[in-house]
Amino acid sequence: MDSKVRFKLNGEHVTMTADPLRRLIDVLRDDLGLTGTKEGCGEGECGACSVLMDGRLANSCLLPLAAVEGKEIVTIEGFRKTKRFELLKECFTEEGAVQCGFCTPGMVLAAEALLSADPHPNERAVRDGISGNLCRCTGYSSIVAAILAASKRGEGLW
Amino acid sequence: MKDEARIGKPMRRTDFDDKVEGTAVFTADMDLPGMLHAITLRSSAPRAQIARIDLPALPEGYFYVDHRDIPGSNVMPSPILDQPFLAAGRVNYVGEPIMLIVGPDRQVLSDILKDARVHYLEERPVLSIEDAEAATGGFIYADKPYFVSYEYCKGDFERAAEEAAFFIEDEYRTGYQEHAYLETQSMLASFVDGNVTVYGSMQCPYSVKESVQAALRLGPENVRVVQLPTGGGFGGKEDYPSIPAVHAALASMKSGRPVKLVFDRKEDIISTTKRHPCRIRIRSYIGREGTIVARDVDVSTDAGAYAGLSSVVLQRLSFSVCGAYDVENLRVRSRAYATNKCVSGAFRGFGGPQAFFAVEMHTEHIAERLGRDSLALRRSYFLEQGDTSSTGGLLSSPIRLGEIADALEKTSGYSVKRALYSNSAAREKRMEGCPTPLKGIGISMFFHGCGFTGSGEKDTLKAKVKLKKNKDGTVEILASCAEIGQGSQTTLRKIVARALDIPVGMVVHRYPDTGRCPDSGPTVASRSVMIVGRLLMDCALEMKGRWKEEDFEVTRSYTYPEGLCWDNDKFQGNAYPEYSWGGNVVEVEVDPLTFEVKVTGVWGAYDIGEPMDDRIVAGQIDGAVAQGLGYAGMEVLTVEAGRVLQDNLTTYAIPTSVDFPRTVACLIPNPYKEGPFGAKGLGELPLVGVAPAFAAAVGQAIGKRILRLPVTPEYIMRLMEEEAEDGF
Repeated sequence: MDSKVRFKLNGEHVTMTADPLRRLIDVLRDDLGLTGTKEGCGEGECGACSVLMDGRLANSCLLPLAAVEGKEIVTIEGFRKTKRFELLKECFTEEGAVQCGFCTPGMVLAAEALLSADPHPNERAVRDGISGNLCRCTGYSSIVAAILAASKRGEGLW
Repeated sequence: MKDEARIGKPMRRTDFDDKVEGTAVFTADMDLPGMLHAITLRSSAPRAQIARIDLPALPEGYFYVDHRDIPGSNVMPSPILDQPFLAAGRVNYVGEPIMLIVGPDRQVLSDILKDARVHYLEERPVLSIEDAEAATGGFIYADKPYFVSYEYCKGDFERAAEEAAFFIEDEYRTGYQEHAYLETQSMLASFVDGNVTVYGSMQCPYSVKESVQAALRLGPENVRVVQLPTGGGFGGKEDYPSIPAVHAALASMKSGRPVKLVFDRKEDIISTTKRHPCRIRIRSYIGREGTIVARDVDVSTDAGAYAGLSSVVLQRLSFSVCGAYDVENLRVRSRAYATNKCVSGAFRGFGGPQAFFAVEMHTEHIAERLGRDSLALRRSYFLEQGDTSSTGGLLSSPIRLGEIADALEKTSGYSVKRALYSNSAAREKRMEGCPTPLKGIGISMFFHGCGFTGSGEKDTLKAKVKLKKNKDGTVEILASCAEIGQGSQTTLRKIVARALDIPVGMVVHRYPDTGRCPDSGPTVASRSVMIVGRLLMDCALEMKGRWKEEDFEVTRSYTYPEGLCWDNDKFQGNAYPEYSWGGNVVEVEVDPLTFEVKVTGVWGAYDIGEPMDDRIVAGQIDGAVAQGLGYAGMEVLTVEAGRVLQDNLTTYAIPTSVDFPRTVACLIPNPYKEGPFGAKGLGELPLVGVAPAFAAAVGQAIGKRILRLPVTPEYIMRLMEEEAEDGF
């Protein structure tokens, strides 16, 4: 019952031969060793498994492999090579936006999806933009501050 | 960069880069050659004998592991010895582990699990504190309905109560709280030639080691426990991880392969520990001059199926429940009841949040009855240096409660707003006319005892640390403190670097490995910086004096500070080595139609001694306040017929980024002479007082006394309907 699924992953074309109903998160983590994508709930509620699909935030625990045919997927492993990541990283450390770190890769990708769509969000928009990503450690304020700082300093990046 | 190690000044977290880049290896990310997975068959009955288990035949390379595979003790080493690692013939709660299925393919394991059938002989379960109280036999634990029962007194309670003019009495209820750490319980064990190494998500490597040694009947030299990056703990990874650790170790021993055990969210919620639900009755006796002359408190906690840490949680609750006030005559009685539900246990605050909710709401009630402003009433009873605590321990350090209240006034404008919102006529007008939000503001004052309760630091933990200087001039911290997101790796490095006056980059601090690190105690009780940090500072100061030596080690063990005493039979003396203090103000708007509560402001003022790193401190405060607001108003976990109804993160809703505003926090400096660079405990304090400030605010907004947590719209609606029925 395996089938071939072709998609772009972190800038490279890949072809996976697997059960088309296999969850994208399992393909990424187990088949491809991309463990920066985390599983927090398996139900699309926590956002720890966030990836970018054609630039938009998606929960990889809810995506069957078949759904990514022809799509462009970016995980933290791909995004961390970008200038945008470098800036977000600096802002995350300066604002203290990382504690246990389990939600962080997903949160960084949520920030990227948000700033791509709206390079100059206000606080409300930032809070809305990351509202699908749960964090139990920070209370979110430092994450919001980090994204606002990145928006301010990232002129031309987004 | 020498400057990086400045006390107070934020430095870059040493566990930052790998976490943000996604390269930090959490347990689920780790892989060993030939590794198998395990899945757990759990009880679906709250109380039953297991008549028989029908199991499908296993494919090659798959194994079952049950209690008969335990070569050593099938009892978890807790203060009370009653909890099996794997059920042996009977179960006491839904979610209790019965057996493991082990093999290479997780999907196949799930399919086998679906085909396994447990046949139960069900017994009548005990499902509440009241059930337990009413029981006359068939007890869950020994020959009584509770695990422990305590009583202590201060002053001459009986006489003071007799002479009082009248009393004011309340009964409070609090609900469960689930930790909801983002990373579920996860362990990986590898058993090779009689030695086992356990890697995992945990707060207390040495507790895990003790359990694995006991269950596998291995010597201390044969068990090594290594903490991996841990995706949140909050107490949920204090004692519980010993269970999955033993499971993974047993599975590895039986299969001869490394075995990884990662919980899914549902099993994590139904089977792991929670904050204790409570019933707290407080009666305050008022003298003829309108002063509080005595207090009688009766605490009952719902401890669940096994004792776990319920005894020590109950102690902290009992010692905190008289609040930050000097009341001369006290009687406190408390019990932790056994019920056929998931095991209640450690959760940030460890009994404190329930205690301060009760005493602070009761204080509001007293103020209302006496016609006094509740903050003014509080101020007149604030504990001061030289007073004694509820257990009669001398409070020898300066206490800055007055300054904490002043700071809250200044930042929040509490009293002005309180007066403004108390205009009941305006409230009624709003209620009748167009539905504008009902406003309220509330305050709470609280403390948290730092370190283990009683003489636990001296008699139970006996923390040891080691500091090692290497030939290349680097210095390594060897202690069992777990980095669980709270920043201890960064903070402890900074303390050592500062004491040695070397760049912080020269200090190495890896995740703890019991093969290398002495037992500096568990990562709990707001003790890592105050207790372990101090021992490390002492090591560093000695090392500084011997700096010319090339490579050497310095060790230190905990010594009980002079002037402290504790009688654990009578509960008399210093219940804690020291206290951190705090206050919160919460401002709310209640929708008069839907009764939804919107938090419009949160303020905090805290005395944590001296902050070691302002940014880490702010992060602990922000996170604790959010968790406290979740506890206060939105996190609902109910158990019906022994089954947890909210068993995922959709139905058990924790705060998101859009739920609460930023916390405005300030620190009141008050250096503690026994702490490193003046530091006291931090991690738990900012959670314990949030709920009462929130509840007091809602109470003012709706003109009702709040008697339970969480304060949900449904509860508010019920209070408002009572008003209608009563014809007020």
